[in-house]
Amino acid sequence: MFKEQIETFKRYRFLLRELVKKGIKLKYRRSYLGILWTLLEPLLTTCVLTVVFGTFFGKDDKTFPVYILSARLLYSFFSTGTKSAMKSIRQHAGMIKKVYVPKYIYPLSSVLFNFVIFAISLIVLIGAMLVFRVFPTIWIFTAIIPLMMLFLLTLGAGMILSTMSVFFRDLEYLWDVALMLIMYTCAIFYKVETVANKGHGWIFKLNPLYAIIKDFRAAIYGQNMFASPAWVIMPAAVSVLSVLVGVALFKKHQDNFILHI
Amino acid sequence: MSNYAIEVKNVGMKFNLSQEKLDSLKEYVIKMLKGQLKYNEFWALKNVDFKVEKGDRVGILGLNGAGKSTLLKVIAGVFKPTEGEVVRHGRIVPLLELGAGFDSQYTGAENIYLYSAVLGYSKEFVDKKFDEIVKFAELEKFIDVPIKNYSSGMKTRLGFAIATQIEPDILILDEVLSVGDAKFRKKSEAKIMSMFKSNVTVLFVSHSLDQVKRICNKAILLEHGELIAAGDIDEVAAIYQEKTK
Repeated sequence: MFKEQIETFKRYRFLLRELVKKGIKLKYRRSYLGILWTLLEPLLTTCVLTVVFGTFFGKDDKTFPVYILSARLLYSFFSTGTKSAMKSIRQHAGMIKKVYVPKYIYPLSSVLFNFVIFAISLIVLIGAMLVFRVFPTIWIFTAIIPLMMLFLLTLGAGMILSTMSVFFRDLEYLWDVALMLIMYTCAIFYKVETVANKGHGWIFKLNPLYAIIKDFRAAIYGQNMFASPAWVIMPAAVSVLSVLVGVALFKKHQDNFILHI
Repeated sequence: MSNYAIEVKNVGMKFNLSQEKLDSLKEYVIKMLKGQLKYNEFWALKNVDFKVEKGDRVGILGLNGAGKSTLLKVIAGVFKPTEGEVVRHGRIVPLLELGAGFDSQYTGAENIYLYSAVLGYSKEFVDKKFDEIVKFAELEKFIDVPIKNYSSGMKTRLGFAIATQIEPDILILDEVLSVGDAKFRKKSEAKIMSMFKSNVTVLFVSHSLDQVKRICNKAILLEHGELIAAGDIDEVAAIYQEKTK
């Protein structure tokens, strides 16, 4: 059974690659700057955020743009990744109605192509680190841990959302609202202390994406993220759990997709 | 290896036709709480059981709503049958009518790779077949143009060229040969005929009995989701003609 699934996956490896390629190609087709937008977009939004929020919260922090970017890039991968996975089944309805293909390929390829774009956009962060003199230490290598958790969390959430949105299209709108809530509780453009000092620190403990961002920032700023192990264990557990739930849910309902698209 | 290309074993396909289509969560919850979620059960296929030998060209006959397209979708693996099972020996390629399943922003060339990948072929294989596909579709000049700018005839030709040039084991044709101009129709019929030599199994649905007779050597007849006749094309065609009188 398990062996069979690996065989099928091997057979459709080329399809997975094609779909990832297609996602990247079509995202920037017909724009003059093309793939350069992957770098320009976070650069420009960070400029805006720095100007707007830096005056409120970041006066005494010269590395504020790095602080923003390190969260903003991760959040925008989570946001675009889950959204594109959610729509992937409907987007490929034409194919699904005609040919048998293991359906998880569609949300998986959506998350993967967004991850590739995200990986490219990390160049901006490296640039900002050099400009604002946040020089990496040995702890930079631990950044791989939050990045892996981020990938799993996005994949898991994407699988859950793609399954549910086949049956309830309203979810596409609801998720936009949820994402806004997630964004404001990720401490992207403000310092955590300003909220925590007012006694609302518990909000962050509920948000696994914030925990991932916190760990990632620790790696960027040369700190040991394992100094507070709960902030590593919690998001790791949630990420793995989300994938397990996502796969189980997807598997249970995938045969009914065809009746609803 | 078995001598059969497809074994359809006692297949039944049930649909729940909901009274209204519920698209929103709110409606669903309200109806559920009120206990108004009622379904009409509808068996599109019931106890369908037959085997297709390798190299056979099977025409699937039946009036509208007899379950022909549902049967093809079950065989293609798109629908999972409610009862029974389908055993397939070899690779199934359904022919896309009017380029359904193509990505309209993608060019013809990109779509050839994409669609072949969907069918489970490898890149190396498509590389080899690429020129033949383009040539057969007569799209040399337009292959780098996005599909959205194609005419419906061009899309049909491209779909047909991909499905036949990659040498499938089992080819599914659902009402497709009636589109395209007369010239291409002749060419595509000739192509299907020539494929018989390479032992391709064909499942063919068409309302044109003449065309079915020309192409197929066997046939099955469906009525209200049940199999009422199977065998040589002439016998089954005679029964079908009797029914349609």
